[in-house]
Amino acid sequence: MKLDDKLYLVRFNTDKLNHIKISDPKVCLNQCQDKPCTRFCPAHVYDWDEEEKRISVGYEGCLECGTCLIGCPYGNIIWKYPRGGFGVSWKNG
Amino acid sequence: MENFDVIIVGGGPAGLSAAISAANGGMKTLVIERGDYPGTKNVMGGILYTKATDMVVSEFWKEAPLERPIIEQRIAMLSGDESILAGYRDPDWAKEPYNAHSILRVKFDRWLAQQAEKAGVMIITETLVEDLLYQNGNVVGVRTGRAEGDLGAKVVIIAEGVNNFLAVKTGLAKPLKPASVAVTVKEVIALPKEKIEDRFCLDEGQGATIELYGDSTAGMMGVGFIYTNKDSISIGVGAILASVIREQWTPNDLLENLKSKPYVKRLLQGGETKEYLAHLIPEGGYTQVPRLHRQGVMVVGDTAMLMNSLNREGSNLAMISGKIAGEVAAQAIKAGDVSDQAMAVYEARLRDSFVLKDLYHYRHMGQFFENNPHLLKIYPKMFSKAAKMYLTADGTPKKQRQKEIMQMLFNQRSKGGIIKDIYGAWRALL
Repeated sequence: MKLDDKLYLVRFNTDKLNHIKISDPKVCLNQCQDKPCTRFCPAHVYDWDEEEKRISVGYEGCLECGTCLIGCPYGNIIWKYPRGGFGVSWKNG
Repeated sequence: MENFDVIIVGGGPAGLSAAISAANGGMKTLVIERGDYPGTKNVMGGILYTKATDMVVSEFWKEAPLERPIIEQRIAMLSGDESILAGYRDPDWAKEPYNAHSILRVKFDRWLAQQAEKAGVMIITETLVEDLLYQNGNVVGVRTGRAEGDLGAKVVIIAEGVNNFLAVKTGLAKPLKPASVAVTVKEVIALPKEKIEDRFCLDEGQGATIELYGDSTAGMMGVGFIYTNKDSISIGVGAILASVIREQWTPNDLLENLKSKPYVKRLLQGGETKEYLAHLIPEGGYTQVPRLHRQGVMVVGDTAMLMNSLNREGSNLAMISGKIAGEVAAQAIKAGDVSDQAMAVYEARLRDSFVLKDLYHYRHMGQFFENNPHLLKIYPKMFSKAAKMYLTADGTPKKQRQKEIMQMLFNQRSKGGIIKDIYGAWRALL
């Protein structure tokens, strides 16, 4: 089963405010060869945008696990919880 | 500013257990939860242990929304398409006093929160705690994300889960590292009751668990799991983040890989995926347990790294730590002393319980597997090969076959290597 189809099953109360920020996009472009965030995020929130030469962040699909905060080798992802009441809302847990 | 005796940050099993014991101790108690209601942000495998839960809500099984009592636990070791199985079944576990139940956290945590409310706990939801409040260096409450959101407390219990923002901010914990968390994904797959019971050989209402090692995690340190719910199956896989990064896996591919294994596929056949979930499991073990207290503050559950992954125990450690913290908070407040020294009673009681004793017992485990990444890669293969050679009836005399098996094993790993591995495992696990 494809990840996109699975994410479609998840319930979100999407906030207008983005709770994820790339601290310095130049670090992604110049220092980070491997870009592991594009793989280790269970929801594939992070994607390398070849045209814009930056990591695009689809915060709306964030499952709030916190992997990116710990996994980014440059500590370049500022990940916080969404505001109270927003974000993922599990049906089963 | 409204004032409470005890404020608990986070409405999971640890936080709600803390709230219940604090309220039972006569404290004006508040739980602050960021989700719509307690449960909607919470994920686990999920097995709930009876003994620990009973200590928080007596005879909870009579009312709580549980899925199935677990009567059988299997362990599988996967190597390619091959599998080796072991298991233990005890039909007595289907009756009181039980051992464990499968649960779905959204339902269970909501119920546990209702029990807390019955005990007098106030719960506010959709509210994120952003920091603790300090006065002359002492913790005196919390700051929430709401307008005029400061709330006073004599004691704050941090039960914020594995992502330890507040524990780091207040200087008790360090930021987590890729080697000390397992990134875990899970699916809840709907299946009719009868199919579940037939496939797992269960009587009506009974449940089973399977933990899968080896190729279930592509040989990375971690585990796959399959738990039976009432009319669904929870299947998931978690592996240490450092190895997932190193070996360039995506968590979803790892889960799909597990689901495609012949032994697993047949159990799930015809099921419909209802939800896909992700969560971190704190795997740092004893050496990564943060400082557990300071003046006016205690840290409980996942935030305190209280997880025994080898025995798949986490919810029980969380609940016991919460219960103790709530009791210590009540005693300290009644005695008018919430100093660091007064809070230290919490740590002393945890050390005296199975919670920190078990973590201490397995204190070498994380390092052992980290230093020996070959273990979960080559041993499942060796054991599978040995089983296949031993069980294939091809006319080879058994004496000769046994010799061949030994030769095969020593070709895969030298005698010295095997002895070293056994000694290491002995030291780490026993």
